[in-house]
Amino acid sequence: MGLLDKKFQDSNIIIVSLEKALNWARKSSIWYMQFGLACCAIEMMATAASRYDFDRFGIIPRSSPRQADVMIVAGTVTLKMATRIKRLYEQMAEPRYVISMGSCSNCGGPYWEHGYHVLKGVDRVVPVDVYVPGCPPRPEALLQGFLHLHDKIMNESLVEGTGSKPVVIHDKGGDDIQVKSAEETDEHKTARIEFPQQDVARKKEGA
Amino acid sequence: MKTPEELHRILADKFGDEVFELKQDEPVAPWIIVKAEQIREVSKFLRDEPGLRFDALMCLSGVHYHKENALGVTYHLFSTSEKHKLTLKVIMPEEDAHLPTVEQIWKTADWHEREAYDMFGIRFDGHPDHRRILCPDDWEGYPLRKDYQVQEFYRGMKVEY
Amino acid sequence: MTNVKENRPGPEVTLSPPVDAGNGLKTQEMVISMGPQHPSTHGVLRMELTLNGEIVTRAIPHIGYLHRCFEKHSEAMNDYAKVIPYVDRMDYVAAMNNELGYAIAMERLMDIRVNDRVEYIRVIMSELQRIASHLLAVGTFGLDIGAFTPFLYCFIEREKILDIFEKASGARLLYNYIWIGGLMNDVPADFKTDTAAFVKSFRPKIKELNDLLSHNKIFIDRTANVGVLPEKVAINYGVSGPSLRGSGVEWDLRKDDPYSIYDRFEFDVIVGQGEMGTVGDCWDRYIVRVWEMEESLKIIEQALDQMPDEGDVQEAVPKKIRPPAGEIYCRTETPRGELGYYIISDKSTTPFRVKARAPSFVNLSVLPAISIGAMVADMVAIIGSIDIVLGEVDR
Repeated sequence: MGLLDKKFQDSNIIIVSLEKALNWARKSSIWYMQFGLACCAIEMMATAASRYDFDRFGIIPRSSPRQADVMIVAGTVTLKMATRIKRLYEQMAEPRYVISMGSCSNCGGPYWEHGYHVLKGVDRVVPVDVYVPGCPPRPEALLQGFLHLHDKIMNESLVEGTGSKPVVIHDKGGDDIQVKSAEETDEHKTARIEFPQQDVARKKEGA
Repeated sequence: MKTPEELHRILADKFGDEVFELKQDEPVAPWIIVKAEQIREVSKFLRDEPGLRFDALMCLSGVHYHKENALGVTYHLFSTSEKHKLTLKVIMPEEDAHLPTVEQIWKTADWHEREAYDMFGIRFDGHPDHRRILCPDDWEGYPLRKDYQVQEFYRGMKVEY
Repeated sequence: MTNVKENRPGPEVTLSPPVDAGNGLKTQEMVISMGPQHPSTHGVLRMELTLNGEIVTRAIPHIGYLHRCFEKHSEAMNDYAKVIPYVDRMDYVAAMNNELGYAIAMERLMDIRVNDRVEYIRVIMSELQRIASHLLAVGTFGLDIGAFTPFLYCFIEREKILDIFEKASGARLLYNYIWIGGLMNDVPADFKTDTAAFVKSFRPKIKELNDLLSHNKIFIDRTANVGVLPEKVAINYGVSGPSLRGSGVEWDLRKDDPYSIYDRFEFDVIVGQGEMGTVGDCWDRYIVRVWEMEESLKIIEQALDQMPDEGDVQEAVPKKIRPPAGEIYCRTETPRGELGYYIISDKSTTPFRVKARAPSFVNLSVLPAISIGAMVADMVAIIGSIDIVLGEVDR
């Protein structure tokens, strides 16, 4: 238990606010959706594997969006894929978070200018909580992104209408950066995707 | 193992002189230009003739020669038994770019031809599954043409940065 | 003109008529969509499967979910050297091999000779990358089948290779290290000792991997006699690399169409022999990758011995890349197979056309042919054994 060790004397009572206990429990077992898109997915796998070991933070992959808390958009989002990402996001149960991993899903990355088939930032279709820069980001960077997500979760409130408090990242040498939650900012007016008719609606009865 | 000159002579003897043109003044690889409607017979001959046996299609690429208002398809052939290579080219006018498919001769051509259609709008007559492969099926335009203008929105999503 | 219907999402699927199962119930074929979000499609591949019970009667791959416009970018860049980062991102698991192929194509077009030190470093780097790529392929293949531990073991070794790359180029995954006419910079002073230490430590791990996975009863049951790819079909579809060699065809561009300095090394071409089932099944394709790592180690050892200590790695890097008007098709052997670049130059500094003949693209096209009659669970094994990288399939 690390920090909590030897803090208690002969009674079994721990006094903590409900909000804090709940948030602590949620942040300690973030399950992410195992969903790789491109190069960044390899780094995501490396982060989950031997050397970097996501499991230390209680972060484990789930293959179904229904069981996942966070979606890591790891790689380039193309226009063909964007409709699917939107659908996957809508299938996730709330509270849900999105980590945009890598330059491509942040803003189009190296494909921003001539990539006719690349969505220039996944925040055009789903709201993003944490942006991790890099092409691809190192595993340490992705872990840092998760630590920021921890901060964000710990700042959330149960009280109706309060939303989450803004997280302040103390940037060395620069101004403090305020991170607002995705719903608060006006920039995150995400595009409405016109979904096509069912793809499998073409089947027809045989003779 | 045959040189491009020998291969050109064999093809010219079989199909007649006016159909083929050998280009080898440019550096690196020489190529043979084939008329669009002949490509299928030529390919079949090249694959089946003993001594030629081009059993592998290494690559099939579409090219847009925008200065000449033409579209082209380049075939890179290789023979795993005879170890020789050959480059064939078909050049067509931009407005009416279509040629017979070679999908039944080399299966490699299946997806490559679909890609050439997707990117350049070249039609392959007789292809069994002729549709876009990389771009979504409701995409507008042919992206690798030199005069391509990207569409502004795709299903409500802005395409430009 | 054929009657082409544009805007078709797929070929028309005809289902068999309902069959009376005998107890008043009727059975019929059904269509399911596997992917693009599926844990074992190695990225964003979508398969449209027609199923009769659990048997696949038709499989239609849908690709393009990662189409990142590589060819458009190479035409839009005003410098041949600026294409290299995009080349990296094509097959992101084996970036060094992709760079090598592009650099060799450009050097042949411009008639540039590089010195021996550059050649040896390139060979060592691309063979290390081949091991790293095969480790990932083998590890994730095991993961698809249900073996989690080998995945972790493979990643331990892979990280060691990435450390060597990182020391030389500064990046873990996408390096931009092999340039046209040379290298980005020379290798660090302890490159030789690092690499030799890795080779020494890695050899026993191949045996460990064999004990853990290759001869595991469950693994063999899932992969032997599954997805058999006959030799003739493989050649006609243009399959290359370990997938072709798994079908028993002795074909390796490093031997059969040598590039760089591969003719100076002694190594064997591994082919599938059908040890556990039929020649060309999933297990054969898998084991070819495992033993190819051993062959790569042999090449690295020889290259480390022969590598000269002197030589400027940027000696032949041209100041301005302006190739003569002309064109070239140049192919090299990457961990996935034959990677060809078709480059047309119009004598300017901007490429006129760069087409990449990606091995995964061609290898994947054989999937509908070999998956008929397989179970749905076998599809996972077949896709894993072909070892596709979607970045390269869609480019």
